[in-house]
Amino acid sequence: MNISQSYALGQDSHQAQEERQSLYQSYALGLDPYQAEEPKSAYQTDAVGQDPHQVYERGHGPYQPHEPGYGLYQPGYSPYDDQIPDPKSRMLAIQNAKAYLLKSSTTSGLNLYDHLANMLTKILDEQPTNAVDIIENISKDVKWAQFQKKMDTLRDEHEILPTFEAAEKRKALFLKANGGDEELEEEIGETPLPNVMETAFYFEQAGIGLSKDESYLIFLALKKLISVQPIQTCRFWGKILGLEMNYIIAEVQYHEGEEEEETEEEEVIEEGGKGMGEVEDEDEEKEKQDEPPKSTYKPPPVIPKEQNGTGANKYVYFVCNEPGKPWVKLPPVTPAQIVCARKIKKFFTGRLDAPVVSFPPFPGNEANYLRAQIARISAGPQISPIGFYQFAEEEGDEEEEGGGGRDTYEENPDFQPLSVAEMVDSLSAWVHHVQSILKQGRCIWLNPFKKSEEEEEEGEEEEKAEDPDELQQEIGPPLLTPLSEDEGIQNIPAWTAQPSTNLIPQYAIAILQSNRWPGAYAFASGKKFDNIYFGWGHKYSPETHTPALPPPVQTEYPSGPEITETRDPTLEEELAFKAAREEALVAAEEEEEEDDVEDDEEEEDD
Amino acid sequence: SLNCVEWSLLPPATEEMVAQAEQLKGRFQGDPSFEYEYTEINAEDAERLFEDGKEPVIKEEARLIATIEQIDRAVGIIPRGAFVKTPLGSVHENRNFEGLSLTEAKKLSSYFHFSEPVNLKNKTLLEKADLDPSTDFLDSLEHDIPQGSWTAQLEKGGTVVVLRSLLWLGLTFYHVPMSKQYGYVYFGTGEKNLDLPFML
Repeated sequence: MNISQSYALGQDSHQAQEERQSLYQSYALGLDPYQAEEPKSAYQTDAVGQDPHQVYERGHGPYQPHEPGYGLYQPGYSPYDDQIPDPKSRMLAIQNAKAYLLKSSTTSGLNLYDHLANMLTKILDEQPTNAVDIIENISKDVKWAQFQKKMDTLRDEHEILPTFEAAEKRKALFLKANGGDEELEEEIGETPLPNVMETAFYFEQAGIGLSKDESYLIFLALKKLISVQPIQTCRFWGKILGLEMNYIIAEVQYHEGEEEEETEEEEVIEEGGKGMGEVEDEDEEKEKQDEPPKSTYKPPPVIPKEQNGTGANKYVYFVCNEPGKPWVKLPPVTPAQIVCARKIKKFFTGRLDAPVVSFPPFPGNEANYLRAQIARISAGPQISPIGFYQFAEEEGDEEEEGGGGRDTYEENPDFQPLSVAEMVDSLSAWVHHVQSILKQGRCIWLNPFKKSEEEEEEGEEEEKAEDPDELQQEIGPPLLTPLSEDEGIQNIPAWTAQPSTNLIPQYAIAILQSNRWPGAYAFASGKKFDNIYFGWGHKYSPETHTPALPPPVQTEYPSGPEITETRDPTLEEELAFKAAREEALVAAEEEEEEDDVEDDEEEEDD
Repeated sequence: SLNCVEWSLLPPATEEMVAQAEQLKGRFQGDPSFEYEYTEINAEDAERLFEDGKEPVIKEEARLIATIEQIDRAVGIIPRGAFVKTPLGSVHENRNFEGLSLTEAKKLSSYFHFSEPVNLKNKTLLEKADLDPSTDFLDSLEHDIPQGSWTAQLEKGGTVVVLRSLLWLGLTFYHVPMSKQYGYVYFGTGEKNLDLPFML
């Protein structure tokens, strides 16, 4: 408003500069299509001859001759009226036109008159080149400026952009570690820190991976993790997408003998969770406390989880939602969780403490489900080129429980890398180096019934995957089996292999994608290889997922005479019964009279 | 294209292609001339087809076309305001579109499906009064069934908003707030995620 006022005033003060005025007027003429038919002189009067206050009061609308306000706006009252005489009809038209211009918009509260005035002022002040080409932008800018011109005593609180907050968190990553850690690094020959950037480079050749920024941040976050925990080996395992947030996962292995109990060692925000009590031995059976009749339902024995450091719990996993956020350790996985995780298919939300609502009910919250899926993915598509790992011991102990002697391997110092072409062509050039998980949910089969001494009848309703009746020893594929023995799904092979580029075979790397677990990739190039997972965390199945049906309703306790209900006797029956008894007693009365009294009392009590 | 060097033009999809392709399950083979056979067809359909004289095979090319069409129709999205509808009914790009603001960008209601609106008429009059007919002429995302079939996340320190579809796993939409950049891509196996209701 100030500007238009100054504009109007400026007109009054610069009266002599008629050229300028005519410029304004010609603009006004050109911009206002409704006024096109009016003669120029009308505009001169219109633009020039008004006081600033009258300009605003025009918003009341054109005054007709009979209305009281009419005479006030006659041009005769302004200093310019002697310049251009006007007939009344033209005046009316001008007033109409001006009133239209001053009409406020319903949505923004501005009016066209002020807006044009502002715009022209701005143009003349700034004198941009080719103003006519950018006139729309100028118009927009002026409108925008309207809202910013308000000089409030209140200032908007400086809005902290989320980018800034995120940057603050990341800043911590970039700070150098303090002096103590540096010494430690000098002692260790190889840092446990994986070279994430190098791995990212190789995967990028395949078109898989995260952006460079993110890779680098993950790199730094892993470095921080290592400086805090006593870790022997560490690997960036991958990223699992979730609904609200994603998970970045690191696979670590502790130094020998430095493992501590998981529940006690917690460095960060940790949610209680129901599944945390796994440290205790869960070998005991639970029995229901039922009133009679005692139910015959006995849950199958809970299979104990594998020891840390072996089998499915060989590695410890840390997750974080974003690099920069603190790392959270995932609890070790129990076989029950793995078995259940096989049956359900749920998205991850991104919060570790979220409950997993599903059927069959998952024992644990999202942290456990995540760990179970990680275990399955690690057991399935983690592969390495053949020969890279070899067995450390002799294979004489094979006869023990399914591959018990074969769960360790070490790097083969004599590893001769195969050429890329060979790696791609034959799947037998790759082997699994992680033990696969048996149906039971463990890597090493355990006979649960050895420990319990009672005979138990397994309910047929149970869905646990172990074999209740025959107790067969489950044997999974032994360690280091080549990929060619992986069965495909329907007619799709389990793995798809291709070189990263056909154009430059000298530097191409072999890339494998798993079809069973979409998102699992592995690459190999010379002596380097790695696996990674980017995805939603689910196995692929061409059929749709059908949840398990609820178990059939348990049969009720077999009905026998002791619990069958009978109808209560009716009154007639009772009376008849009573009468019959009395007759019998009358017969006995003759023998003893005292007894009759007692009997009568007894009958009444009945 | 199979190698990003040679490109071939795909014909537009027809309804029957889409209908046929919906019956196929499993991964794509990678060979456009691969022919699928109906394996799960029941007797009635087979008779019907044989009567028409058509053989029950579909080429992978047709399946590809149908899948692309389905994906575009189902989950092709644009931010609100990117396209405007003139009073004459024609839709064109809005050159003044400056991007969504940060708060708007996090809401699902500020994104629309880029296809014929289905639900627009079902809105209450009250809601319709708030709509701006030049920009709100498409279905918004927040009424997608099942509820929650999109995930919205801020990436890169909050400068990019990324929406991922859970119905077609692999469809990613990105938008940089306060700028004109947006787009969607699909990387995936080309299969609809029919397990979605179980997974949420």
